[in-house]
Amino acid sequence: MARIEIDGELHTVQDGNNLLSTCLSLGLDLPYFCWHPALGSAGACRQCAILQYRDADDQQGHLVMACMTPVQDGMRIALTAQQARQFRRDNIELLMTNHPHYCPVCEEGGECHLQDMTLLTGHTMRRFRGQKRTHDNQYLGPFINHEMNRCIACYRCVRFYNDYAGSDDLQVFGIHNNVYFGRFEDGALQSEFSGNLVEVCPTGVFTDKTFSAHYARKWDLQTAPSVCVHCSLGCNVAPGERYGELRRIVNRYHGEVNGYLLCDRGRFGYDFVNSPKRIRKLHIAGQASCSVTMATDKFHTMLQAADGVIGIASPRASLEANFALRALVGEDNFFLGLDDSEHTLLNAIHEVMRDGGIHSPSLQEIEQADAILILGEDVTHSAPRMALSLRQAARNAAFALASKLHIQPWQDAAVRELRKQAPTPVFIASICSTRLDDIATNTWHGGPEDLARLGFAIAHNLNDAAPLPAALNEDQQALAANIARALRQAQRPLIVSGTSCSSLAVIQAAYNIARALPESAPQLAFTLPECNSLGMAIMGGKPLQQAFAAMNQGLADSVVILENDIYRRASTQQVDAFLETARHVVVIDSLQNNTTEKAALLLATATFAESEGTLVNNEGRAQRYFPVYPVTDPVRASWQWLLSVMTDSPWAHHDDLTSACAGAFPELATIVAAAPGADYTVEGCKIPRQPQRYSGRTAMHANIAVSEPGQPSDQETPFTFSMEGTTAKVPPAVLPVIWAPGWDSNQAINKFQEETGGSLRAGDPGIRLFEASGTQSWFNDIPPAFQAQPGVWKVIMLPHIFGSEELSLQSPAIAERCPAVCALLHPLDAETLAISDCDTVAIRDPSGTLIMNMPIRIEKTLPPGLLGLATGRPELQPLQSGMLVCLHKSDPLATDVSEERS
Amino acid sequence: MKPALGDATDIIGILASVIIVAAMLIWVERRLLALWQDRLGPNRVGPLGLMQVMADMIKMFFKEDWIPPFADRWVFVLAPCIVFITMLTGFAVIPFAPGVGIIDFNFGLLYFLALTSLSVYSIVLAGYASNNKYALLGGLRGAAQTVSYEVFMGISIMGVVMLSGSFNLREIVEAQRDGWFIGPQFLGFLIFLIAVVAESRRAPLDLPEAEQELVAGFHTEYSGMKFGMFFVGEYLGITLSSAIIVTLFFGGWLGPWLPPLVWFCLKTAIGIIFFILLRGALPRPRYDQLMTFGWKFLLPAGLLNLLATGAVVLALHG
Amino acid sequence: MLSQLRSLWEVLKHTFVKADTIEYPEQRRELFPRYRGRIILTRDPDGEERCVACNLCAVVCPPDCIALQKTEDENGRWYPEFFRINFSRCILCGLCEEACPTHAIQLTPDFDMGEYDRQNMVYEKQHLLIDGTGKYHDYNFYRIAGMAIGGKTKGQAENEKPPVDVKTLLP
Repeated sequence: MARIEIDGELHTVQDGNNLLSTCLSLGLDLPYFCWHPALGSAGACRQCAILQYRDADDQQGHLVMACMTPVQDGMRIALTAQQARQFRRDNIELLMTNHPHYCPVCEEGGECHLQDMTLLTGHTMRRFRGQKRTHDNQYLGPFINHEMNRCIACYRCVRFYNDYAGSDDLQVFGIHNNVYFGRFEDGALQSEFSGNLVEVCPTGVFTDKTFSAHYARKWDLQTAPSVCVHCSLGCNVAPGERYGELRRIVNRYHGEVNGYLLCDRGRFGYDFVNSPKRIRKLHIAGQASCSVTMATDKFHTMLQAADGVIGIASPRASLEANFALRALVGEDNFFLGLDDSEHTLLNAIHEVMRDGGIHSPSLQEIEQADAILILGEDVTHSAPRMALSLRQAARNAAFALASKLHIQPWQDAAVRELRKQAPTPVFIASICSTRLDDIATNTWHGGPEDLARLGFAIAHNLNDAAPLPAALNEDQQALAANIARALRQAQRPLIVSGTSCSSLAVIQAAYNIARALPESAPQLAFTLPECNSLGMAIMGGKPLQQAFAAMNQGLADSVVILENDIYRRASTQQVDAFLETARHVVVIDSLQNNTTEKAALLLATATFAESEGTLVNNEGRAQRYFPVYPVTDPVRASWQWLLSVMTDSPWAHHDDLTSACAGAFPELATIVAAAPGADYTVEGCKIPRQPQRYSGRTAMHANIAVSEPGQPSDQETPFTFSMEGTTAKVPPAVLPVIWAPGWDSNQAINKFQEETGGSLRAGDPGIRLFEASGTQSWFNDIPPAFQAQPGVWKVIMLPHIFGSEELSLQSPAIAERCPAVCALLHPLDAETLAISDCDTVAIRDPSGTLIMNMPIRIEKTLPPGLLGLATGRPELQPLQSGMLVCLHKSDPLATDVSEERS
Repeated sequence: MKPALGDATDIIGILASVIIVAAMLIWVERRLLALWQDRLGPNRVGPLGLMQVMADMIKMFFKEDWIPPFADRWVFVLAPCIVFITMLTGFAVIPFAPGVGIIDFNFGLLYFLALTSLSVYSIVLAGYASNNKYALLGGLRGAAQTVSYEVFMGISIMGVVMLSGSFNLREIVEAQRDGWFIGPQFLGFLIFLIAVVAESRRAPLDLPEAEQELVAGFHTEYSGMKFGMFFVGEYLGITLSSAIIVTLFFGGWLGPWLPPLVWFCLKTAIGIIFFILLRGALPRPRYDQLMTFGWKFLLPAGLLNLLATGAVVLALHG
Repeated sequence: MLSQLRSLWEVLKHTFVKADTIEYPEQRRELFPRYRGRIILTRDPDGEERCVACNLCAVVCPPDCIALQKTEDENGRWYPEFFRINFSRCILCGLCEEACPTHAIQLTPDFDMGEYDRQNMVYEKQHLLIDGTGKYHDYNFYRIAGMAIGGKTKGQAENEKPPVDVKTLLP
């Protein structure tokens, strides 16, 4: 700790930080542009100038840049000194000579860091009478708008895009006043994290294109705390609504999980909520219209008449909704609705996390790892935000070296210079090349069996007690020894694995490695398929195939399907047979899909933006999300539909359901504490979802009826759909909007943190359900090496950030970025088949039946004998991971994939 | 002398005309205030806006007769009746013209004083029954103000009584055949004028109402016809006060050429207009100023007037 | 005391002063152009909508009676998709006019807008938009703003340099 004097007041602050960060942590207002807590200091914008005094007698002082000056014990500085204030004001005035004065037509207006800082410094009039420099804009894809005139050349965008996120297609061009931040030529930004430019850019150069298409000012957006539903990481987001439509997603800071950044799937995937495929009406087969009473009556009679009801749960529905279904159908009839292999993998992962005694790290902890092994995952595509954290972890050796050389960690440019001299050991063993290969010290590619075998070999190298795979070749042995050595030397080694390659052996190998690591705290992170996959595994239930069997055996004749397109989980024939056998099919879902088409009773349900619930992320953290805006009749939340037909239900409210769920499962006992309940108030008021400046209250519905309706009431959460109340002192789990007086942009977050970049005041939201305990025995089930058979290819599913996830695929912007459906093939295989890139092959099952035709892309890194396909694409439903297929070069005209199905 | 009661046509005629005059005063006051404030006033309903009174009455009649749940119900209803009744019965002793009047008896002047004092009960009870802090404050002010100014009012007209030697109002009028008492009793007139304004709680001495401070003072909680009774009671008060001033100081019905009744009405009308002018021109004093002015100035002045008049009367007739 | 009498006299003298009242609606007063009455949306000198849907009028409105939605034409020019004023809530304070950065929203001297049906007090864009420039004849926001719109590319606004050639090597 150091004691420093700021403007005559003594403060005790952390050592080793820079003054800007320190001042912001103390709650002082100091303007800045190029500094960003995630990016460190650059010292480029000269905006955070302060006066530093030599000693107690110095009255003159000298200007220093706060972001480049380390805290020293006993130092005296002044923020409010006239000289420093004048310097900052002059600096802004210079920045503003070329900045356009058209904030009214800028999407950033109203949440602009430049606006905030300009007001903070007091610059009000442009005195410069010269001409403004202009720039042409570029097309940057469906996510991001480009308006270079607004640039103040702080370099944050390229520092984030290149240095932090590791992509290189956004660059800086030109010199002096003409510097240009853009691509070499027009085209979509290639980074999976390009959306963060919207928040990283302090002004409106990069803005959210999807938001611009239905734009509303920040002060007009109704918001509530929410959790991203597009992957298993549970990033905290703040969705914004206006006029009954979800308008955008911005990051909601979480010190342990997502920090300041989101991935593009999370940021731009929200539009499925407004999709034309949304189910907004109830439907009873054979009837023209259906009211809520009719639907509940029908549901009720169906349940009464049924001879056994099967409930199929969903990993994309909340714990509460699933629990309500479980209560409705009974434990014996509760099926998880996952395909068999996923079910097995999730159970294995759950057991390892619960009893394995290995710590499951948060993303923040992942960033601290100093040796990393990624086994069988393309993290950028299966859990994108984690890839960004891994990329930061890859700098840890450089940080360690910097510390030895007495370079402060926030000295961004200096530390990055050390990167080449001190590479962090990062090993990626995956099916084919990944987006993280550039940070890897070594990469290795193989089929799932080979990846598992490599993993077992590493474990054996670390600990002789671990089983050794038979018949390893020398390369593999050497590599395993090499990786084992690096992991052993590390202080905080990290193993990343997951469900992507559908292999139990890979997960078991990953656990063996973590277990084999010596005392140093090993960490094991799994990526999971969906937002509540782990919650489902904890809750437990039977596999989907058993549901099919139960129906066939006549143990049940009706089925209630909760938010689950089971056509994605099993083969079409099986599901068709299942749904046709069932006397009653009740489907509760929000988007039209193959399953909803088969429903005898279709109940429209709310999405994450309109309902509440608890999700468990991959690290085992239970987090609550809240409705951003009320549902429109007749849509209801899933749990409400389910409770409405439970005649003797003791639960009236969502909180009752949460407590009941916590009571029913010891592992979920603490989920009640994930966020305050509906009775929580601040100074006697509920928490407002609408900002203080929310506009149009008396006109927005006036076209329907001039008499204003009352605000919809919310009995289920601590929030209200109005402007009444205060958000200044609410705990982070229920903080709806990040705003502080004078800080309209999202960077107001520094007013809510313990220290900049640290955890939120009153604790980061969510409750961790597991802490490392117990130990499991070694897994011995080592698969034989994969042998490619001539003429037969094994289908392997590869996730992609855009397209693999069911809901986000319905967002137009994400759909636009989806890669064209094609199959990956090793060059040797292509040669055997005498095809080249973009040729079409016919995929047949071994009996010779045509499954579909598909264009081929040749992928050097894919092991021979494998056919790589994108996970989760509806077009590829007939193909499942692990299937064996034959390939033939096909007629080049028959390229249309969809027509060739069946 | 035995009190003489007027005949039935007199009684009904006077009662009706007094009430109509009081009602029409609503219109007259608004038109006159508008005139002095360079406006037009009510001019839309009927010719010259004369039917405005009717419109107002219709409105009042059809308003919900609401009694606040926290009020003392019966007293609340009683209060406006008191002011209305006392003011109306006050007209009984007014000598409109020789032979025109309801009752003629020796203590007419005392009767008038007694009735104006009774009317304060209306204010006090209204303020009390409303169970509202503004109403109570208004009622308290009303009580103090009326009790105080009653004293000077009584004293100020003793000069007139001395000069005429009677409490009978008709005799007082007759006593002015040689000259109105406004001359010899100018000081008494001034004190009486001020006191009578205070007694009738008219602006500028409308402290019990004092909209700017007390919402509407004692009648804050009143609406509909009960408010209407306070309202009409106030105008009855003005009319009564003018009539009594005319009787005591301006020779009542006396005057050349015109019939006595016309003279009386004319003089009373001028008196009423003067009351309205007072409202239109003068600001309201502070409450403490009002009380100080009463006790420290008007009381000594009244006593002085009494002393001087007594001395002169003694000197001339003794 | 004398001042009181003087007041009485001064007021009494007004008996002979002509009333200032204008008997609306038979007589109508000539109102100043800056009178704050019914709100309109104007067009720029080129006949295009001036409103850029920036929402500043809506946020400054004390009774929150303005609601609008931004949209863009194919060339990136912002305009309101709908623009609604609930005049049954409007207090004609004129803050929207002050907040408007493009002189689009203006208050007019027309103030008598009574309706028997309250619903008719809700004005949509087609009711608000006029075909003229209103009080400010020459102002055109997009001629000054450096945003590219149809018919005007970068560098063609007032006081702007032509776009920088990023690929030049000249200093």
